[in-house]
Amino acid sequence: MISLTRRYRFSASHRLHSPLLSEAENDGVYGKCNNPYGHGHDYTLELTIGGDLDPATGLLMPLMDLDRFVSEKILRLFSHRNINVDVPDFADLVPTTENVARVIARIVERHWAEWFGNLQIRVARVHLQETDRNGFELVLAAPKLQNSAVERIESVVVHA
Amino acid sequence: MFITRKAEFSASHFCRLASLSNEQNWALFGEEAHPSGHGHNFVLEVSVEGEPDPVTGMIVDLKELKEILEGEIVAPMDHRFLNYEVEPFGRIVPTVANIALEIWRRLEKRFCAAQFHLARVRLFETPDLYVDVVGSASV
Repeated sequence: MISLTRRYRFSASHRLHSPLLSEAENDGVYGKCNNPYGHGHDYTLELTIGGDLDPATGLLMPLMDLDRFVSEKILRLFSHRNINVDVPDFADLVPTTENVARVIARIVERHWAEWFGNLQIRVARVHLQETDRNGFELVLAAPKLQNSAVERIESVVVHA
Repeated sequence: MFITRKAEFSASHFCRLASLSNEQNWALFGEEAHPSGHGHNFVLEVSVEGEPDPVTGMIVDLKELKEILEGEIVAPMDHRFLNYEVEPFGRIVPTVANIALEIWRRLEKRFCAAQFHLARVRLFETPDLYVDVVGSASV
């Protein structure tokens, strides 16, 4: 089995605050991350793709195509943005890195077929590093017909 | 249990198919297609799976692992132009995936003892791009 992992970087700000909690509870749960003005990180995103290698080219897919996809669908959305304010998915969702990783996985799954439906290549893993010390990982199950994107997320691994 | 050993080699290559036009090669391989070639500091991580020997406490002798990586991979590939000097890359495109598979093929036969076997080859072409070959890959 062969897979290829590509790393991307983006810088963004966020604030962790849940409308379901009181001010005191938000402060207790999120601590410094609850600062009303927000704060930022240099995120590192890893996408792992798997599938059959094209025997003629020795490629899973042209790397430029993957880069263009990530640039248009992910980086353009998050890079140098305030995630709470600028990314619509977080209007009602706390932008913890768990949730950011999950949203990225959903965006990838939503658009993958329209971009690369002709290839027998799929995204097998999304790993999002918030800092050098905190990383979050989604292992995506092999797609099944009629399955929703959410149900395809098989397991969440947290590296703290 | 897994043991992972790291090795580095620097080599040059280019990725293009003689059967395709220049434009087609660039669409597939990007800058890697430049026919003069370019180089990378490849970083290799080799994982061997097995159970520690009850007497020595080791899965495999690290010294032996180091020597195998040196003999099979580093010595033949380090400071070489892969397309011209390392087989089979005169015939197949030395993409990072094909190099990782060739490393798997070279190491697989050296790590198939009763006590341990080759479990994973991870090859970094750059710090932002790596390929994993896992299990019994045959492409």
